[in-house]
Amino acid sequence: MKLEVKKLIKKFKSTIAVNKISFEIKKNDTLGLLGPNGCGKTTSIGMMLGLITPTEGEIFIDGIKLNSKNRIKLLSSMNFASPYIELPKKLTVKENLEVYARLYSVNNRTERIEELVEDLGLKKLLNKKTGELSSGQKNRVSLAKSLINKPKLLFLDEPTASLDPDIGDFVREYLEKYKNKNELTMLLASHNMGEVERLCNKIIMMKQGTIVDEGTCSELIDKHGRENLEDTFLKIARSKDELA
Amino acid sequence: MNWHKIYALSLRHIYLIKGSFPRILDLIYWPTIQIFLWGFISKFFTLNSTYYENTVGIILSAAILYDFLFRSSISYNMMFLEEIWSRNFTNLFIAPIKISEIISALTFTAIFRTLIGLVPAAFLAIPLFGVSIFKIGLPLVFLLVSLYIFGVTLGLLVTSGLIRFGPSFENIAWASLFFLAPLGCIYYPIEILPDWLQSIAKLLPLVHLFEEMRSILIDNIVNYYAVLKACIISLVYFIIGIIVFYWSYNGAKLRGTLINMGE
Repeated sequence: MKLEVKKLIKKFKSTIAVNKISFEIKKNDTLGLLGPNGCGKTTSIGMMLGLITPTEGEIFIDGIKLNSKNRIKLLSSMNFASPYIELPKKLTVKENLEVYARLYSVNNRTERIEELVEDLGLKKLLNKKTGELSSGQKNRVSLAKSLINKPKLLFLDEPTASLDPDIGDFVREYLEKYKNKNELTMLLASHNMGEVERLCNKIIMMKQGTIVDEGTCSELIDKHGRENLEDTFLKIARSKDELA
Repeated sequence: MNWHKIYALSLRHIYLIKGSFPRILDLIYWPTIQIFLWGFISKFFTLNSTYYENTVGIILSAAILYDFLFRSSISYNMMFLEEIWSRNFTNLFIAPIKISEIISALTFTAIFRTLIGLVPAAFLAIPLFGVSIFKIGLPLVFLLVSLYIFGVTLGLLVTSGLIRFGPSFENIAWASLFFLAPLGCIYYPIEILPDWLQSIAKLLPLVHLFEEMRSILIDNIVNYYAVLKACIISLVYFIIGIIVFYWSYNGAKLRGTLINMGE
């Protein structure tokens, strides 16, 4: 799926959270959305998911404008995962996946759940309550939920935040493999520069609601004369003014 | 004992109360409502001590019916609150679900939760107190339907508030029904209220429903017109509830509160 964002603005009273951002993600590409806390990443994702009404601007998914009329149809091919949202804690992993498979009208529910459970190593956790899982296990369940409908467009907000390096690496490797096998366009908001370098074709740097730079990882590193993406991020984030 | 530490612990709660108007309101609200409700009940029994003579169980029947209303509304709110508490709210709203499907699912599921709680209690009242609400007969079905619609409407209005104002609106969820208890004339006839309150009370379906219940149990007279009137009033409120829900949802999308809504 191709995602196009055109002159997107979001104002909350007198605060401009997102200021005229425009970009596009080509089909099957992964775009990294970087920027310091409070720069408008989550608000932008919220607008692309149809959770937040933009003040101005337009979002097109495969050429179809995202609005209240098309939202349900477009959401069927999209999904989202973030450590800041969870699945009902009192339901078992299996129950949660079944509920979401039904909400997304997944055909062959049982097969799809079995497939994800196998790939993400969730077999032993299936009958456990989601609230009893460790954060690494919850993260994998959340990823399974986000892939339940075989999305063509996936939004990931800090997918490996608070995970140990081993599980973080497992998630990144899984996403790489999944993307190679399936048609999937991704937007990844992350503070993990290694993750961004590994998964993204292109990066957008946001600051105070605007896009301040964009390009491939190597392009940005070269442009700012730094050795790695982390230093590049720090240079851009700290330019002109100090941390907000 | 370190008094500084005791003071610090108290201060934590004082800050919480001081910083939240709904919390202060909540503390004032309950005693006020209790005084209103029991004040009217006491007034009624003082003036009409023989009103319920030889009509065993009217108060208990009223309590069961009121609990039906209470359960249906609270069930509705609880299901919605559970999505907020479990931080599942965003997942739900990014799924391809229509608002009408969310409202329908909550409305239909609330009846199961309500009946699970109420049916055993209604049957238990028969051997324990010799009181059966089933004595009301066929009109009971209409009374329950009307109460259910109104209960769900209150649930809809409270969930609209939760969407609009966030989890801080939770206290209102618990308080909403008790606000209606004195006005609904559940345990006493409407005449016991001051004139100005009577006019307001008549706008609620509860007054008509509980008046009818008393009329059936005391005088054995069924006035289907009154029952129908209560059903229509409940339906009107239900439609208003749906409109308010949509309005709150669109407002929340404008304010950006649908993302990351949690405890």
